[in-house]
Amino acid sequence: MPDRHRPETTGAPVLLSVRDLNAWYGESHVLHGVNMEVRKGEVVTLLGRNGAGKTTTLRSIMGIVSKRTGDIEYEGKDLTRLPMHVIGRSGIGYVPEERGIFASLSVDENLLLPPVVRPGGMTVEQIYALFPNLQGRGSTQGTRLSGGEQQMLAIARILRTGMRLLLLDEPTEGLAPVIIEQIGVAVRALRERGFTIVLVEQNFRFASQLADRHYIMDEGKVVDMIPASELAKNSERLQRYLGV
Amino acid sequence: MTEFLSVAPQVLFGQLLVGLINGSFYALLSLGLAVIFGMLNIVNMAHGAFYMLSAFLGWLLLTHTGLGYWWALVLAPLTVAALGIALERCLLRHLYRLDPLYSLLFTFGIALILEGAFRHYFGVSGQAYPIPELLKGGHNLGFMFLPTYRAWVVVFSMAVCFGTWYAIERTRLGAYLRAATENPTLVQVFGINVPVMISLTYALGVGLAGLAGVLAAPIYQVSPLMGSNIIIVVFAVVVIGGMGSILGSILAGLSLGILEGLTKVYYPEASNIVVFVVMALVLMVKPTGLFGKEH
Repeated sequence: MPDRHRPETTGAPVLLSVRDLNAWYGESHVLHGVNMEVRKGEVVTLLGRNGAGKTTTLRSIMGIVSKRTGDIEYEGKDLTRLPMHVIGRSGIGYVPEERGIFASLSVDENLLLPPVVRPGGMTVEQIYALFPNLQGRGSTQGTRLSGGEQQMLAIARILRTGMRLLLLDEPTEGLAPVIIEQIGVAVRALRERGFTIVLVEQNFRFASQLADRHYIMDEGKVVDMIPASELAKNSERLQRYLGV
Repeated sequence: MTEFLSVAPQVLFGQLLVGLINGSFYALLSLGLAVIFGMLNIVNMAHGAFYMLSAFLGWLLLTHTGLGYWWALVLAPLTVAALGIALERCLLRHLYRLDPLYSLLFTFGIALILEGAFRHYFGVSGQAYPIPELLKGGHNLGFMFLPTYRAWVVVFSMAVCFGTWYAIERTRLGAYLRAATENPTLVQVFGINVPVMISLTYALGVGLAGLAGVLAAPIYQVSPLMGSNIIIVVFAVVVIGGMGSILGSILAGLSLGILEGLTKVYYPEASNIVVFVVMALVLMVKPTGLFGKEH
């Protein structure tokens, strides 16, 4: 039987590999051996019902959930024993579900906050070209932006830093369709620029238009992997996983 | 010369100056408390003890090594800041996951230990600390006599206070600090070493108390009780300004010092309680303090 959790060989090197990841919130065991791989330049989604462990997987990769076992390798380097700020500096950018825009900082300060960790980040002009809504809002308090603009700012601020792998946690949550469309355009543009993206989504329509592969999570595990090309013939299987 | 509400101008301006001096110390001390509370969520009860410790360090430097005021102004706050780092890294750090009450009690214990030790070795009677040569004397302004040292204290503390305000509110490092106050985890995920930043913030806060201690040495006597004498008022100032508000603590410190001075002129009996009356009024009208943000 073919290993469903391994990606098809695209030739690109593996950027992030997660093996047998277990994680706990206090006493509660929430991840039960997550396995996944992300290759350079791919857009990969984590799909699954509420509580399946998608957000926890991202938080465990970043070290925010610190009680965890298993292997997390980024560019061949083990991350599990590194403190959070070193994981951040290794080149992984994280956009949390709640967006994390700082109220005591202006839009400009939010945008310029994350330090540049590697060369090759986008310039502020390039970022404004990608997210025109942010232009001219520099001195506005960060949290006075609309929900969609805050989401754009949350993505925008890590593009400057030279981080090459982006973990986006439900970027479309609670946004109007027209804004979701704009976020989609931006994510596509980022993929074309060579960013590697892991997308946690509830909005399957949005995810299906962007991703190369879909990992399906259930009860703290990756239970399946469906490449975008096989989505059509597997829609029933997918419904079963995601259906309520 | 005209009198102000039947008070001679010399008396009025004299007390205003005293108020301004006290206000400068309130501002420096409450600024440090605000920085520490804002970032670490710790009510640093040891603040007054660090202020006293620094004044003593200055006095010990002078009496044991002959190093004078200017050396003390640099070395004593740095030593206090270094002690602050050691305290934060070795002890305080373990209390962050607990209720803030634990760190309050812990720092209160540190204050009692420091004060008790100095009482034991130096007694409660104050030690005099001379005004440095350069700042002796004063100027007759016509309506009052302005001692040079006191003018220096006011100007220097204001410069330090607004310098700190500028660094926190207007620079990139300050943006890290403000962001980490809101969401330390996310700031650390961005690659910033937040634990080190927390240590340095605590060091900055107690270092400011240390600076106030050396500045105070030639004005008040250097005594083990000088910290606990001033710290209760400073806590009231912090509450009035708004817990954690940088600008609030500076402005409240200065204006309450002046208010205290004016009360000494017009109704001396109330001068010791006026700050607390204001605190009660502010708490009734705006519980988050004049500059505090709603949470």
